Amino acid sequence: MTPTTTLAVSGRVLTQIRRDRRTLAMLLVLPCLLITLLWWMFEDTPVFDEVGPALLAMFPFIVMFLVTSVTTLRERSGGTLERLLAMPMGKLDFLLGYGVAFGVIAAVQSVLAVALSVGLLGLDVQGPVWLLTVVAIVDAVLGTALGLFVSAFAQTEFQAVQFMPAIVIPQILLCGLFVPRDQLPTVLEWVSNVLPLSYAVDAMQTLTRTAETGDVWRDLAVVAGYAVAGLVLGAATLRRRTP
Amino acid sequence: MVKNAVEIHDLHVVRGGRTVLEHLGVSIGGGVTGLLGPSGCGKSTLMRCLVGVQQVEAGSVTVFGEDAGSPGLRARVGYVTQAASVYDDLSVDENLRFFARVLGVGREHVDRVVDAVDLGDHRGQVVGRLSGGQRSRASLAVALLGEPDLLVLDEPTVGLDPVLREDLWALFHRLAERGAAVFVSSHVMDEAERCDRLLLMREGRIIADGTPGEIKEKAGAETVEGAFLAIVRRDAA
Repeated sequence: MTPTTTLAVSGRVLTQIRRDRRTLAMLLVLPCLLITLLWWMFEDTPVFDEVGPALLAMFPFIVMFLVTSVTTLRERSGGTLERLLAMPMGKLDFLLGYGVAFGVIAAVQSVLAVALSVGLLGLDVQGPVWLLTVVAIVDAVLGTALGLFVSAFAQTEFQAVQFMPAIVIPQILLCGLFVPRDQLPTVLEWVSNVLPLSYAVDAMQTLTRTAETGDVWRDLAVVAGYAVAGLVLGAATLRRRTP
Repeated sequence: MVKNAVEIHDLHVVRGGRTVLEHLGVSIGGGVTGLLGPSGCGKSTLMRCLVGVQQVEAGSVTVFGEDAGSPGLRARVGYVTQAASVYDDLSVDENLRFFARVLGVGREHVDRVVDAVDLGDHRGQVVGRLSGGQRSRASLAVALLGEPDLLVLDEPTVGLDPVLREDLWALFHRLAERGAAVFVSSHVMDEAERCDRLLLMREGRIIADGTPGEIKEKAGAETVEGAFLAIVRRDAA
């Protein structure tokens, strides 16, 4: 693994996204619009304060999962991945390069979303606001890692997109957004305990409720652990020799 | 000149349940070696074996004395796949600068390869908007970046203007004169005459090996295409 190669990959991915103005606009503006919609729906009720943090955790995860699974699938089918792996490039350089690039985008995305939620829409945050952004970035890297991993199991972009309901929606249903996790049926609570998004949502909710950050760091460590595991699994699916 | 850049022994490859290469053995030295045969005969698979991206059933492929695809070789072997493997949403320059960073070579090499494939007028253009021939030249330029000792080119001249094709073959010979081993595949028989050495391939086997002149003489044919037919008919009889 060499940092220059990793950064070369990140730089290239960021240039590609910058080129695609429409995707860039959607990545940055869409979460803000959806959060505003939610705030409007629950005008004059405390619901926005309860659901807002979960949303801040979900957007970077969902978006980065989708974008990564489609772009890496393109690399696999377009022959550029084969070319890169025939060059002096470590598998981790490739994966981390994507992780860093989408981490940067997630950072910008969540700074916008957090600024809007806290500054304009009056979301109450007891803990440090910057930590919300950190959780969002780690969460985005998790989405990237899982996206890279599942792209190995898709042959077409249609299939890649279908992994989103398979991998992402169960996590949204069980993350505590609809039913608090401790009120789920026991088996589902166990399932929810092993899903990474649950910890990201917990971290965001804790940050809005108290100024105490001990639990946040613990949850963050769990999410980061899943992201690393995802990258390792992703590396295992990158084969230099293919049938 | 490189002596026996590539040694292949008893190479056997099965893809999707079908035998693609059948206990193939051949060595490739310096100069421009052409691999000619109809599409589907196993040319691309053989090329993938040379760069070490193909899973093989049995046999060995060594390049400059090392196993094909081993880390020490990755900077010394340039590979162009049949489909242009460059990023469509980046410009020619951006593509080359990216691959140059991966290979760890300086920016001056970007200028050199752009000139070599004659894309100077299109450097700033996004690859997706180039013509098919221009895209494959951009892909070829990437392979030339690291000044490789072995160049593996899978049908690099398909669909190109004859003038440009002539230029590219001249380029391959210049590279070979500088000491690189150049291995080029084609399914167009008239390109055979331009090779220093020719391998004719059919159904996963090498059916003839020699200079274009030797092959034609041995088969008693006027053209390489005629020699190919004569050899196939003789083998069938």
